Amino acid sequence: MQEKASTSNQTQSNNTLIVSASPHIRDTESIPTIMWAVVLSLIPAGIAGVFTFGFYCLYVIILSCITAVITEVFILLLRKLPVLNTIKDGSAVVTGILLAYTLPPSVPWYIPVVGSFFAVAIAKHAFGGLGNNIWNPALAARAFLQVAYPAVINSDWRTLTQHGMHKLIHNIAQIDAEGKLVDAVTRATPLAKEAGAETYHLAQLFVGNIPGCIGETSAIALLLGGMYLIYKRHIKWYAPAYYIATVFVMVLILPPQVATPWIKNPFYHIFAGGLFLGAFFMSTDMVTSPLTKRGLIIFAIGCGILTALIRFYSGYPEGVCYSILLMNTATPLIDRFTKPRLYGTKGKKA
Amino acid sequence: MSTLVKSRLKTFVGGIHPEDDGKLLTKGKREVSAPLPKAVYLFMSQHIGAPCKPIVKEGDMVKKGQLVGEAQGFVSANVHASISGKVVDVAPWPHPITGIKSPAVIIERTEDDSWIEGVNENFDIDHISPDEIKQRIQSAGIVGLGGATFPTHVKLTPPKDKVIDTVVMNGTECEPYLTCDYWLMLDKPHEIIQGLKFIMKCLGCKRAHIGIEANKEDVYNLFKDVLSNEPQIKIDLMEVKYPQGAEHQLIKALLNREFKPTQLPLEVGAIVINVGTVFAVYEAVKFKKPLIERLVTVTGNGVENPQNFLVRLGTPIKQLLEEAKATAAINKIIFGGPMMGIAQGNIDAAVTVKGTGGILVLKDARQWQSHACIRCGRCIDSCPYGLNPSELSIMCEAKEFNLAIENNVMECKECGCCSYICPSKRPIVHLIKFAKAEIAKQKVKV
Repeated sequence: MQEKASTSNQTQSNNTLIVSASPHIRDTESIPTIMWAVVLSLIPAGIAGVFTFGFYCLYVIILSCITAVITEVFILLLRKLPVLNTIKDGSAVVTGILLAYTLPPSVPWYIPVVGSFFAVAIAKHAFGGLGNNIWNPALAARAFLQVAYPAVINSDWRTLTQHGMHKLIHNIAQIDAEGKLVDAVTRATPLAKEAGAETYHLAQLFVGNIPGCIGETSAIALLLGGMYLIYKRHIKWYAPAYYIATVFVMVLILPPQVATPWIKNPFYHIFAGGLFLGAFFMSTDMVTSPLTKRGLIIFAIGCGILTALIRFYSGYPEGVCYSILLMNTATPLIDRFTKPRLYGTKGKKA
Repeated sequence: MSTLVKSRLKTFVGGIHPEDDGKLLTKGKREVSAPLPKAVYLFMSQHIGAPCKPIVKEGDMVKKGQLVGEAQGFVSANVHASISGKVVDVAPWPHPITGIKSPAVIIERTEDDSWIEGVNENFDIDHISPDEIKQRIQSAGIVGLGGATFPTHVKLTPPKDKVIDTVVMNGTECEPYLTCDYWLMLDKPHEIIQGLKFIMKCLGCKRAHIGIEANKEDVYNLFKDVLSNEPQIKIDLMEVKYPQGAEHQLIKALLNREFKPTQLPLEVGAIVINVGTVFAVYEAVKFKKPLIERLVTVTGNGVENPQNFLVRLGTPIKQLLEEAKATAAINKIIFGGPMMGIAQGNIDAAVTVKGTGGILVLKDARQWQSHACIRCGRCIDSCPYGLNPSELSIMCEAKEFNLAIENNVMECKECGCCSYICPSKRPIVHLIKFAKAEIAKQKVKV
């Protein structure tokens, strides 16, 4: 019988049974399905952006994506990692789109190129690649651009209109008192605080017929994409909900420094600027936000408080980008203090 | 089912809903007896605890039901001959669960299939004492047939300071693909209830609670009828969710009591017992029938004729695969369900043991490429034990075992929800099992 046992061990090499640890079935969701769903959910905002600002935006978005993908290939080759599978997961495309959405509609071509390169090469791969980055790559790149090219990002964008966008924007162009063409959409953001800044109807803010960055103006398009992701359970509803609600409450309780008429209107703050884009697509970035529900709520409230503080008391009109980056930095700390409670230790020390 | 009804179903926090639960393959397949095997391979270790000592030797003739392996110590369980025949060897054989060779009694079948004297007779059980019940369970070698294979008589002997007030019977069968408990409950409701009463009597316990998953509503209705005059036994329909049948989740859902993962249910005054075990208890107490056979679901896309078989213990699975018409292209054979089952490497040597409730045969089993954790937190949401599988898997991968212990790695029950749900396809349970084994090795060294 001993011999019999050994012969059966030999036949073992002939069959090709897979031996692996349980479980033997896996969910169909994977990194690619999540990332491509995010890409899909970002399309409405992109369409709104192109419709509002013109086809030049589309070039910016595509250029940003292509640079992101090429950079990813380049870095993966440098790091001697599998290229094709990683490209197919779509994470570079998401970064490219998100970065383009945070840029002014009329940026020169090199801005998305430099930004995308920075996002993928520095903000993502220098920290270890997808899953190990500390800051949201798109936002880190946006902050980098803001420091590196302040004239392009911050200035009154009327000076940049010669780049030949706006064929489609005549519908919201306004003629001011002296008969000079004032192009509404050329201002940086409806949140601008200097005297004489235009104020917009809430409906206008909601639809997105307002100045701003490529992908941030249309609240309804962003909401649509965000709802899709919540429905698909790729993002948790409480992150954007707590973020937006916190901004709302903060606007009501903070004393303003400037006297612009809209400054105390919470709805205006919610729909104008990059809050929807940030709340639905950046504060929900899985890699750079806390792991647990409690952690994510703390994270979202922190983002909301910082956004309101920056908008009210800093030189910047907009605070979404820096608030999320700052809370990204705090994520490991939040994780440390919001560990899940071991089952069966309620009311006891774990 | 309407949402109103669904919201009343009992359940727990966490867990997963596997997309394809595979139960339809065998849900319509009433159990059939598998043909008697030519030979059986009876391991001396088919339970948690000390292995048995073989008490037969090569050349002995044995009868069905005869004791061939004697339990060593209290936490151990007897092994009986599952066929009548001749002992051809007592030798190490590759164990399907541990993967290493361990002692087995190998019996070749002779023509007659009669029981040894003194077992499988109808006994008067009206005035049976609790001690006699436990004694019969112990000598029958009954272990937890849900897969944990903990000796049942040990479970029925709680420490003096613990009072068991409720026996919880697990009829959820939450592992995907398996339907043998379903058919057992459909076919033997009266016997199962009688077995449950034996256990209650043995423990001196007044109440019992049965949990059935909502995908077995016919079983629930059947038991409701059978239990119409039994107010001490409650039955509830539960949400279809994995791992609904695990001790902690079942007790939480039915009794709303919580205890730590490493603690036993007796900490909260309950014991959980699988429906298959309850039926085995019934047969052991009523007929003194030793545990020599059980229902096994043979299923999966690798077999053309999935079936529920009544199988003698120690039957080589090759024979069951032939009976279920296994296709040539199979590439994975799993003992148990897809969530916690053990993949087999040796199709020729694998034989059933007491804990084998299913043989899942797959022809297109995938291997997944894993990726760095993207911190989505799904594993944390799905973990029924409040662990952080994401961080644990990273710690275990980096061999930071002390850190893993601090983060409760030893509390993991390896239910597999985290690995199942992970979009990065990280082998979380694999890494945790690896860490636990390494930690155990280090302890031995110290």
